[in-house]
Amino acid sequence: MEEKPIYEDLGLKKEEYEKIVELLGREPNYLELSMFAVMWSEHCAYKHSKAVLRYFPTKAPWVVQGPGENAGVVDIGDGFAVAFKMESHNHPSAIEPFQGAATGIGGIVRDVLSMGARPIALLDPLRFGDLSSPRTRYLFEHVVSGIAFYGNCIGVPTVGGDIFFDSSFNSNPLVNVMCVGLLKDKEPMKSAAKGIGNIVVLIGSKTGRDGIHGATFASEELDESSEERRPSVQVGDPFTEKILIEACLELIEKNLVVSMQDLGAAGLTSSSSEMATKGGVGIDIDVNKVPLREEEMEPFEIMLSESQERMLAIVKPENLDEVIEVCKKWELDATPIGKVTDTHKIRVFQSDKLVGEIPARFLTEEAPIYIPEKRKPDYISDERPDYLLSDAEIIDAMNALENSPHLASKKWVYEQYDHMVLTNTVIQPGHDASVLRIRGSKKAIALTVDGNPRFVYLNPYEGGRLIIAEALRNLACVGARPLAFTDCLNFGNPEDPEIFYQFEQSVRGMADAMEFFGVPVVSGNVSFYNEGPEGAIKPSPIVGAVGVIDDATRAVPSFFPKEPAYIILLGKTERDFGGSELQQILEGKVFGQPPELNMELEKNLHLLLQELAKEGVILSAHDLSEGGLFGALLESAAAGNTGFKIEVPEDEEPTAFFFSETPSRVIVTSLVENVTLVRELCGKHGVPITIIGETGGSQLIFDRFLTKELEETKMNYFNLIGGLVGY
Amino acid sequence: MKKPKFGVAVFPGSNCDFDAYEALKILDADVSYVWHEESNLDKFDVIVLPGGFSYGDYLRTGAIAQFSPLMKSLRDFIDKGKFVLGICNGFQILLEAKILPGAMLTNKDLKFICRYVYIRVENVNTPFTSAYKKSEVLRIPIAHHSGNYYATEEMLRKIENNGQVVFRYCNENGEVDEKSNPNGSLNNIAGIINEKGNVLGMMPHPERACENILGSEDGKKIFVSLLNSAVGQLLP
Repeated sequence: MEEKPIYEDLGLKKEEYEKIVELLGREPNYLELSMFAVMWSEHCAYKHSKAVLRYFPTKAPWVVQGPGENAGVVDIGDGFAVAFKMESHNHPSAIEPFQGAATGIGGIVRDVLSMGARPIALLDPLRFGDLSSPRTRYLFEHVVSGIAFYGNCIGVPTVGGDIFFDSSFNSNPLVNVMCVGLLKDKEPMKSAAKGIGNIVVLIGSKTGRDGIHGATFASEELDESSEERRPSVQVGDPFTEKILIEACLELIEKNLVVSMQDLGAAGLTSSSSEMATKGGVGIDIDVNKVPLREEEMEPFEIMLSESQERMLAIVKPENLDEVIEVCKKWELDATPIGKVTDTHKIRVFQSDKLVGEIPARFLTEEAPIYIPEKRKPDYISDERPDYLLSDAEIIDAMNALENSPHLASKKWVYEQYDHMVLTNTVIQPGHDASVLRIRGSKKAIALTVDGNPRFVYLNPYEGGRLIIAEALRNLACVGARPLAFTDCLNFGNPEDPEIFYQFEQSVRGMADAMEFFGVPVVSGNVSFYNEGPEGAIKPSPIVGAVGVIDDATRAVPSFFPKEPAYIILLGKTERDFGGSELQQILEGKVFGQPPELNMELEKNLHLLLQELAKEGVILSAHDLSEGGLFGALLESAAAGNTGFKIEVPEDEEPTAFFFSETPSRVIVTSLVENVTLVRELCGKHGVPITIIGETGGSQLIFDRFLTKELEETKMNYFNLIGGLVGY
Repeated sequence: MKKPKFGVAVFPGSNCDFDAYEALKILDADVSYVWHEESNLDKFDVIVLPGGFSYGDYLRTGAIAQFSPLMKSLRDFIDKGKFVLGICNGFQILLEAKILPGAMLTNKDLKFICRYVYIRVENVNTPFTSAYKKSEVLRIPIAHHSGNYYATEEMLRKIENNGQVVFRYCNENGEVDEKSNPNGSLNNIAGIINEKGNVLGMMPHPERACENILGSEDGKKIFVSLLNSAVGQLLP
């Protein structure tokens, strides 16, 4: 058997290696080759996604920083700006769920910190396999513990998230993490290295052998041997992260740093080469100056280490002492390890000995871009499945849906997260969107994460549009005006034409919808190769959306109010069952076409909801998603702690009325005296309105079909997931 | 009237320091932060030990913070009869330093819990609770992993008999029962005071319950009580 060439071991293809030799005009040494391998990994170079990501709109008057920096930034007025980004930590979490999830939080927080923003919120969209599998329960429990361990300790509230269970995630769960930061009266920090002769300072933890080649690992499919990759998973130290946050914010506040970037995937190699490329300069690093956690580390290990809780700062020589002083106060290392040069190269030294030398832009800009083949998968069908259930079947379906984890409270998860620290949380996790007040202003921001993988699976383009619509609808439900998105695009192997079709089509759908609604993307991340031995995950683009509410006191909760009110359905119900929770329960799988989005109606609905909130005429607003109207009613009653009575309108067929998942629909509640005004505003915005019932009492009365006791419903709703996990 | 001077302690890893500071600001209190290396506490009338994960809580919750210069000076501060309020991790530090009796175990279900609970005010004859009515029920958040209060039988008898139990977990109607006990604390204890009556430790977060927009104002009267009683009323 022929021995594998070294470049292949490092994850590079033959053509890629040849391109490196051509660029350098010579063979790279092992250090240089390792640096190329991580920087040209899918994770760092976006080789298969770059061309498609250009579909996304990225501009709007309120966008301060679009894609390309460590996080996007939007202006929210009154001197405030919000920085945010979402990222994946899927592969590490599949192997070592606790540390994988924990370090995911650490990384995304440092991205936002790099912008000079104080991290004020975290949100975590999670995808797991069937809860009936012990492996899934293990992963679920430890991912949640890992997020809690890290997020709680650093004092950044975890205010939201969403969870989806599907067997396609059995061996490859998704752990996406979003961080939001706040900037007041200042420009975002940049990451471009500037000023020849300035000093490169490494701040934070000592460097160890952890996570070497982590970026390469993240760019492979998971298989039986993945367990051996456990040492590729880094270990998080949230206490150091907390003091790193305080120290860096103090350095920025005192104007002591020229630019800053966190050390994430590919460690010093990526941060130095990206900072140098952006600034059009070179950087010299002396690996002998890097404080080490372990002895006798090789230069390539130091350059590739993904040890956590580290930041790289560019500092003017005259400020170096003060930088070290501030870090010392916080008991952190701040070590000068190199200089900004005019060479445009990353040069690695061991004291005086040059051990590696690569033009920075070869690492950051010259990775090949691939536009793979795409092919529409055979499973995609034009069928529009329909269900017409008898009364008895409707009752059975209601009872079954009540026991679906998708319709149950996620309390078991979010109560493990401190979601109140920093005392800004006005609307807590569990509602359609979380709302944080902005101290020193009347405003609030609204945050949501969404990404229904079933719809994308059935029709990637339409599914992409539906994700955008749902996220914006969730923002509108709390009364917010949308500003921008961040995204995390989780797919299988892009070299498989069917996977690439899913990717390309769903991005196109998302981009078209963003364009229509006038809401751009300002940051994001792509995670490919999410495959286990049994195949690829359902295609899972996930978005985080940020909106603004002008008056924080007008934020609208999602659940039924204490006082008796009318329950009003906004929008029109069609017969949409493809990809619905009902279909999953009846058939054990999803098929056919997902609902088709009417973008005009959707937009009108958002404007209507924003106006209803502003006028203060509704007491709650809840979007209809998984489980249709039935799901929304169940949740609104259980979480709102009140019963209701629903009557199916005469011209509605009950199966569709209760279970169809037609988008662009919301239930709101309103006091009797405000109903006329609600009706008028619906007329103004062209949104259909139907009064379907009233809240109150201690029973949930679904017309003639079913009456449930509130206390029992609550017990099931709040304890279902904990019970399934085994607590 | 002279306003009492509040100091909010900042240990590396404190993360509710800002919240306590802001809550006091809402009441227009005279407040500043005190760095953990500060050993001169003369200018303060009240020290708040805030929640968080001081020093990462790596040994045991609150175990390392007790060795800081601030904590060394705090004993003298307490001996002078000045007031100390320990919230969450602050309470844990006071237990580790043996300034308050007992210890904290991991929550009974072994998980971090963040949610609103109800607590009943058991003793209103303290400088921390004088603005409350006896048996008033407060809706207030908890957020901890180790809030399961434990004391020896003898200790427990003593603090119960002395009226040192200031807050107990209860239900919405003020009934103290097992179902309302979120973490397994003995006798549903949520907060205790020292014998002298000038050091209060509590697991719930009053600083998170000072504004209606956040969902509750029920914690505010702790700070109001301190504002009313902290001047010129040093305990002997």
